Order: sequence, then C-alpha cells, then structure tokens
Amino acid sequence: MSENNRTDSARPDPDALLAELQREEARSSRGKLKIFFGACAGVGKTYAMLAAAQARLREGVEVLVGVVETHGRAETQKMLQGLEVLPARAQEYRGRTLPEFDLDAALLRRPVLVLVDEFAHSNVPGSRHVKRWQDVDELLAAGIDVYTTLNVQHLESLNDIVGQITGIIVRETVPDHMFDAADEVTLVDLPPEELLDRLSQGKVYLGEQAGRAAQHFFRKGNLLALRELALRRTADRVDAQMRAYRADQSIQPVWQARERLLVCVGPGADAEKLIRSAARLAASLHADWLAVYVETPALQRQVKQQRERVIANLRLAQEMGAETSVLAGAELTVTLLAFARSRNVSKLVVGKSLRSGISRLWRQPLSERLAQRAQDVDVYVVAHELAGDEAPPSRRSASSLFFGDEKPSQRWQGYLAAVFACGLTSALAAALLNVFDPANVVIVFLLTVVLVAIRFGRGPGIAASFLSVLAFDLFFVPPQLSLTVNDTQYLFTFVLMLGVALIISQLAARLQFEARIATYRERRTRALYELGRDLAGALTAASVVEIGLRKLEELFAARLLLLLPDAQDKLQAAGELGSFDLGLAQWVFDHAEPAGMGTQTLPAAGALYIPLKAPMRLRGVLALVIDDHALIATPEQQRLLETCASQIALSLERVHYVEVAQDAIVAMESERLRNSVLSAVSHDLRTPLTSLIGMLSLLQSEKLDAGEQRSALGAMNDEILRMNSLVTNLLDMASLQSGVKLKREWQLLEEVIGSAARGCAGQLQQHRLRVELPRDLPMIEYDAVLIERVLVNLLENAAKYTPAGSEIVISARIEGEQVAVSVCDDGPGLPAGAAERLFDKFTRGTTESSTPGVGLGLAICRTIIAAHGGGIHAENRQPHGAAFTFTLPRGTPPALSLDAE
Amino acid sequence: MNDLTITVVFIEDEAPIRRFLRTTLEHAGMQVFEAENGQRGLLAVASRKPDLVILDLGLPDMDGVEVIRQLRDWTALPILVLSARAQEAEKVAALDAGADDYLTKPFGVDECLARIRVLLRRHAGSSAKNEQVFVFGSVQVDLVQRQVSKNSQSIHLTPIEYRLLTTLIRHAGKVMTHRELLREVWGPNHSESSQYLRVYMGHLRQKLEDDPALPRHIQTETGVGYRLAP
Repeated sequence: MSENNRTDSARPDPDALLAELQREEARSSRGKLKIFFGACAGVGKTYAMLAAAQARLREGVEVLVGVVETHGRAETQKMLQGLEVLPARAQEYRGRTLPEFDLDAALLRRPVLVLVDEFAHSNVPGSRHVKRWQDVDELLAAGIDVYTTLNVQHLESLNDIVGQITGIIVRETVPDHMFDAADEVTLVDLPPEELLDRLSQGKVYLGEQAGRAAQHFFRKGNLLALRELALRRTADRVDAQMRAYRADQSIQPVWQARERLLVCVGPGADAEKLIRSAARLAASLHADWLAVYVETPALQRQVKQQRERVIANLRLAQEMGAETSVLAGAELTVTLLAFARSRNVSKLVVGKSLRSGISRLWRQPLSERLAQRAQDVDVYVVAHELAGDEAPPSRRSASSLFFGDEKPSQRWQGYLAAVFACGLTSALAAALLNVFDPANVVIVFLLTVVLVAIRFGRGPGIAASFLSVLAFDLFFVPPQLSLTVNDTQYLFTFVLMLGVALIISQLAARLQFEARIATYRERRTRALYELGRDLAGALTAASVVEIGLRKLEELFAARLLLLLPDAQDKLQAAGELGSFDLGLAQWVFDHAEPAGMGTQTLPAAGALYIPLKAPMRLRGVLALVIDDHALIATPEQQRLLETCASQIALSLERVHYVEVAQDAIVAMESERLRNSVLSAVSHDLRTPLTSLIGMLSLLQSEKLDAGEQRSALGAMNDEILRMNSLVTNLLDMASLQSGVKLKREWQLLEEVIGSAARGCAGQLQQHRLRVELPRDLPMIEYDAVLIERVLVNLLENAAKYTPAGSEIVISARIEGEQVAVSVCDDGPGLPAGAAERLFDKFTRGTTESSTPGVGLGLAICRTIIAAHGGGIHAENRQPHGAAFTFTLPRGTPPALSLDAE
Repeated sequence: MNDLTITVVFIEDEAPIRRFLRTTLEHAGMQVFEAENGQRGLLAVASRKPDLVILDLGLPDMDGVEVIRQLRDWTALPILVLSARAQEAEKVAALDAGADDYLTKPFGVDECLARIRVLLRRHAGSSAKNEQVFVFGSVQVDLVQRQVSKNSQSIHLTPIEYRLLTTLIRHAGKVMTHRELLREVWGPNHSESSQYLRVYMGHLRQKLEDDPALPRHIQTETGVGYRLAP
C-alpha cells in the first residue's frame, strides 16, 4: 500500500494501532484456542475434535490428549488410536477419589497441542481452578494450543434462554469472553433429524440425567431452537471478526462513541435474569456495562442470606464482564442517576416491578420513578419471572454490605432504651406538670422520640413513638391511668403526635444512616489518603513493605504478608511465612491473577493472594488472611484492597526506579571521573615517559660525556620517582573509592609524623623540616597508614610548590574536641580563591603547569580525613606561605597504667 | 666461586625483577639461584642451602606466608620479603610467620643491599652474641652493667623501657611487629595491648632521640611495627 493511497481521514488511530499490536503480541505468545461448538450433546463434537487432532498428528505436530470423554462410543474410541493420552489425576473429595484433568502434568509435558474435552466442566472441589475453562486458560497462557468442545447451552449469556426453551437449567457455564477470545470456532452441525436418528440408535450419551428428562430435552422443537442459537452465536462471531478485520485494515473507524449500560440489581432471584439480559444487550450494542447494587436505609434492613445473594449476583455480573459497584444513598433513584451521570451511562436497565393495584399508587415502581427523573438516560425495563421457591426472609438480624452484621443485643438495647426513655420522660413531665401545659408535654415526648431515633435507629424510634402516645394517654390525658379519653380533641392529638413521631424517627434514622455512610466513606478515603501519603515518603522497599502492611492491617483487620521477587523472580516472603502458601503465591506471581479465598483459583485456600501490579511489571504478591470474610466480599472492599495493592505496587516500582536512577547517576559520575582521570593521567604519565625515552636514547647514542651521563641519569631518576608517586596516588584513590575501611588504633601523633617525614626524606632534601608538638598531646585514634598518607601528601605538596631552602613546619594543637594538625610553609602561598577547590579531584594549583601531579593527593587527603570524621582546609599565611590544616576528633583515650619512673 | 661466596635463593615470579635483582646481587659478589614459584623455591632452598632467601609474597602457586612457615619448620636462615605498598597486613603476617625483614616495591639497589647486609650480619652475630656495649647515634647501652647513656650523660629508664630497648637492640636493624615486641617484653599474656607499647616507645624516643618527632634510630614502620636503626 503506498502512502498517497491514504487520506488523512483513513489514517489509523495510533492508540488503536498500538492496542492492536499489543493484542497481536499477546496472541503470538499465547497458545491458540479452537472450540468445536455444537447445539447439544451427540452432534459429534468430540469426534470432530479427534479427527482434527489426527490430522495435526499426521502433520507431525505433537498432540496430547488431556482429557476426552468417549462415553464408550466405538467410533470415537477408534479416533483415539495413535494419540498420547495423559493419565487422569486422582482428586480426593469427600472420601471419594475422582478422576480429573491433570493440569500440572500437561504444563510439565508441554506439547504443542492439548485436547481438553467438555470446556464447561466444573472441576472437582480441591482442584486448582473451579472450572475447566480456567485450566484451558492457563494452558493457553503457557503457549500451548488447545482444542476443546462446547455446547451452546453452556454459554453463560445464553444459559437462561436455553433453560427457558428446554426446561433444563445447566449449572456448568463458560463466560462469553472465553468463547469470543477463541482463535477458531468450528461449528459442528447436525440436522435434528439425524441427531434423533443417532439417539434412537443409542449413539448419544445422555449423561447422568434421568432418562425421561433427557428424552424431554431431545425433542425436535428443542433441537431446532438450540441449533438456531448455535448458528446465530457463531454468525455473531463471524460478524465481529468481520468488523475486527475492517478495523485492522482501517477501512473505517470502529464505533466511535461507546455506549455504556448500567443495570441495577437487587437481592432477588430475578436479578440473575436481569443481569443476563443486560449482558446480552451490552453484547449486541458492543457496550461496556456496569452492575450496581444500591444500599438504601430500606434495603439495609435485609437479612444475611439476601446480602449473600446480592454478592453472588454482583459476582455473576462481574464474570459476565460487568464492572460492579455497591452504592449507598438515602434515595435509590437519586443515587442511581447520580452514579449513571458520573459514569456517562447512556442506558439504564431495571427489572419490572411486581407491584400492582393500590401499592402502585402508594409507591411508584422504580422504572417509572427513574423514567420521570432521567432525561438524558434511556431506561430499559426487563420482564420478571417469578421465582417460586423463594422463602420469605426472616427478619432476625439486619445486615449491611457496608457495616457488617448488627448484633441482636444492640437491637434489644435500643428497644430497652426506648422504653426507659419514655418512662423517664413521663416522670419528668409529671413533675413539671404544674408548670407545663399538656400541649408542651407532647413536645417533650417528641423530643424523646427524636433522641431515641438518632441514637438507636429506626426500630427503637418507632417503638418510642408508640410508647410516647401511650404514656401521654395514660398519664396526662384525663381520666388518668386509663386508655379512655374524655375529650375527643385528644384523639386528634394522639394521631398527630404519632404521625409526627413516626416521621421524625424515620428522618432521624435516615440521617443516622447517611452519617454512617459518610463516616464509612470518610474512613476509607482517609485510609487511602494516608496510605498514599505514607508510601510517598518511603524511600526503600523495606519501608514500603512496612508501611503497606501496617495500613492494610488497620484497614482490613487481617493478617498480611508481602512477598517480593528476587533476581530470579522467585518470591521471598518479607516476613514470617506462617500459614501462607509460597507455592500458591508463586503461581499468583507467575500468572498475574489473584488466587485463594473468594477467587476462582483454589478458593478453598485459607488466604487470599493478590498480585501487585505496577505499570512496568509485577512487583510481588500480597497475601492476607481475613477473619471476617464479609469484609472483602463486596466489590467496594475488593476494589479498595486492589487499590491498596496497586498503590503498594506503584511505590515498590517507584523505589525500584529511584534505585535505578541513582545507579545511573553514580555510573555517569564515575564515567565523568574516569574521563577526567584518563586525560589527567595520560598527560602526567606521558610527560615523564617522553623525557625518559628521550634521555634513554641519548644515553644509548653514547655521545654524552661522563658528566652529562650522570645528570641525565639523575633526571631519569627524578622522573621515575614522580611517576611512582603518581601511580601510588592513583592506587590509593582507587582503593579509597571502593570504600574506606579504617583500621583505627589509639596512638601518638609523633609516630606517624616521624615515619611520614622519613617516607619523603628524598623530596625534602632541599627543605628544612621542623616539628612542633605540645608535650601533653594525647593519644588519638586513627588509621596510621592512612594518616601517614595524608602527611606524606601534604609534605610532598609543600616540597613541590615551595622553592628550595623553604622551611616546612608540622605542628599540632588541641582545638576543643578536635586535634588540629598543620603543615605550613613559607613559600609563595595559594592562588587566590583556590583554597577549597584544591581538594577537588584533579585540581592543580595552576592548570597545565610545569609542576606535575594530577592533583589527586589533596583529594585523597580529604577522603581519608572525612572518613576519620575530621576536616581539612587550606589557607594562606602572613606574610606569605600556605598552611594545610586537618583535624581529627579527640575522643576519649583509654586509661593506661604505666610503670613508675 | 669459593666457599665464602654468599648464596641467595630468590623466589619471584616476575622475570624483569628477577633479572634486575640477579644483576645487582651478582655485581655485589653473591651467587643467586632463582625460582619462579613457591614449590621450586622450597626445593631450591633445601638443595642449595643458601645464606639468605629473598621471597616475593605474591606467588602464582602458593601464599608467600605459607612458604615462610614451611621454611621456618626446618631452618632459621634469614628471609627478606618483597611486597607492594598498602599491604601492611600482609607484611605483618609475613613477619609474624618468621620473615626477618621486608622491602616495599619499588625499591632501590642500595636499600636492598643494605637490608641484605644487616640480615647477614645479624644472622652471623646471633650465633655468637658477645657484645657488651651497643651504640647507636650518641646513645650507649651497656648490656652488662645495664646502663644507658646519651652524650655521656646517664639516662634513667624504667624496667619496661629498658626491656623494650634491649629487645630492639637484640633485633637491631630488623623490623619488629607489635606482636613480637609485646610477646618479648610483656610475655604472651599482653599481646593485645599495643597502646602500652606505643606509649613506652614514645618515652624511649623522648629520652634517647635528639628530635623525638623526627627520630633517626627508633623508627616507626607504620602499620607494621618498629625498627632500631643503628
């Protein structure tokens, strides 16, 4: 395709291209999935799969039969010939041993192609994955191709439709995304007549279902409908492929504005149907979809079983591809619409209300309320189907998805308090009756109701309302201590009082609920904020781990462990391993998927393992044991946990890259240093080498007389000594750079001065050296070898930069907690402004001077003195000369008991 | 070559240094047998029965200190060690293992010959130790009378100072490690408290040296020990 063929409008979106490229990459490393798809059992899927496998085998492809159910059919059995069959794994379950597909053996064996029959099969509890399609997913992720078989009734989104048609509900389902993500789907089609034929010949395995139910299933009408479903689903797939192809070829942009669907689910069994409808609608619109549950004060009073059903429904929605949320708000419609607007939802899906007649007048159904308020959102109403076996909920204990269970004792306390408060109010009002008008007594009771409702909620509030009216009647309305009323006017008072009290308690309870929601949200936000803030301050992986664990422990009341990978990507526990399973954590790390409690992988495990995903790579695994499972059951809590995990992962990544950056800076710095060393050294080594070679060739020419020879040899000696001192300095610097390890000992200063002076006696021949030490100079703790280097360097420096005959003085004195040692000369002194720069590496007094030395000497001095905890500086003396002074900490010399004089 | 010719076994793996030292020593009238590794060196010492061994500490086949130990198992002949600077710990280890002295590379011919002479003289003298008076600089030590004088002025030394001085005199010219001195002066129990040694050394310098800060005779070998240079 040439450039000019394309117009600007047809140019593909770079982001889309990138996404496609990434998909392509993921695809190439993943195994290929081929599904043999049929309308129902008996159409010959397994046979077709085996036939395809045989063909591959003939091509020389390594094929392994992971699991194939031949159901004893001879023709299928025959197709197995020549294929390697993987032995089944024995899985213990409730005292029985059941055969199961051996995933680990298949992964270990690593064939090119594995045949795994019955895609929708549920694994025996205790296996790694709950469903076989997850096994297949892992095989694909490992780069192994898979052939599998599937009936249309096992497709998640079609599950309920098939159920309606055939009357048989299938529990084993495969999520649609697995089907859609398959590389190839081969429809194995058989006309219903032929299938019935095969059935009558006994060629169809009917499974463990009772014969009659199966017979009922295999009616021609059913088979026709199933066949149509299978064909249509396959056609949808082809359609999607066509669109993807068009997107690939950038013939035209794919759908531009994505639709977004929101489905509102309740605790009822009908919610399942609602979710499936929404999923189908979303699929046909190619829309994202969200499933939410809104917790209102009314819904908060649900029993525990219902709460679990809500969670189950949300999980179903999640499995079908929805993003799930639990919202809290006082008013269902307001909360729902606010959320819909915030997420740019274009279509709302709700169930049809079952209310009819008078209750419809009393309270409008949700769909109508929504339709009235939602101007910019389409509202879809899905028909209900009455679930007959639903037991009426018992109102034992209230339960909230946000706050966990309310204890029964708390409820009783509320009611007791209501009774007590009303009694107290009656006594108080009776005492005040001579001051109070009965009308004011009513107000006092109302006040009590408000207080009770705010403190103890709706139930006690209502109880207090009734009790107040009763007490008012008994004690304050004549005739007293009787329920009869003389003045009918009081009857109105009772009704009004009760009405006001009820409304107040309702309002107070709602207020309390909202306050609790707000507190809860605030707590969560604060926890996240604190986690983020604390993690931002962490500079090492260890402190990230420490902060992360502390915060999460507070938040989830859980036992936690972080596992971080080492250089070989093997996880290491950053703490006590305890009951956590390292192997499972490693699996989570390798597959980047959560596992353990509450997930689809090894749900029986005692702990939950969450991968720490960061943008660049996985940073580790968070493992936690939570006592109250409900704490992480809601999508909100799970998301909170995931958010925390990703915050920790981000921090770990940040810390990692800080280290990388620091290494890079160090590398750059040392590179720069090396370059300057190289240029300086090459100059300072070449100069003496040049003169050495020159003088040597002079000597070899034998043209020099004896005196000239002697002077040439003397000059050569000088040059060689100079090179020696340069090499010594370079070696010193190199060893100091690789880390100074001091060998400190308590010793006298004069020892090291003496040996330093002896060490550079040669250079000091032309100078006068004087040492002035106070007699009471204490012992100092220092590394003698290194301090000798410092003194030698300072002395050599003095010798080098002062004319012959100059005096060099070494002196020492106590300055506070330091001992200061100076090397002074009476030479020309330091150039102006050079005092501090002198100690930088490779600085010389005058650049490119004829005086050699790369200026390493003073840098070495500074490094050594700094390692001792002292300082070094240079200054000019009056009238002329330079003084180099270094200090060493005095410390406390050890007490010695010396023999008497 | 007659029987009085001094023989030296030189164990060193670097050929240029072998050549340089061989030339030097042969010019000084010594006979040199070279060995380029530790094993051959041990064999050479056993077969040649030399007067002196010069040993480089960095050998390709075995640790130089180990060579010293094996030699010291059966012979007391003087061993001069060659080592690089900044390897004080290695020098101390070699001296503690029984080496008599060391030379730091790079070294000059004169320095090398002077050390060899000191070692040979000391070795010859140690068999017949009959000196009564030891003199260094302006200091006279009468070992029989136990009297020390400087510029003919009597100097008072404490018992430990005197013991220290006589120990140094016994090993004059040879470097003594801290451990050796402590063991000889204080006995084996005090081998860790080198601060005492330093203080007494300071006292000796104060009393015997003209300029204690720039001593001429009681020399400090930084990081290694002390040497009495006569």
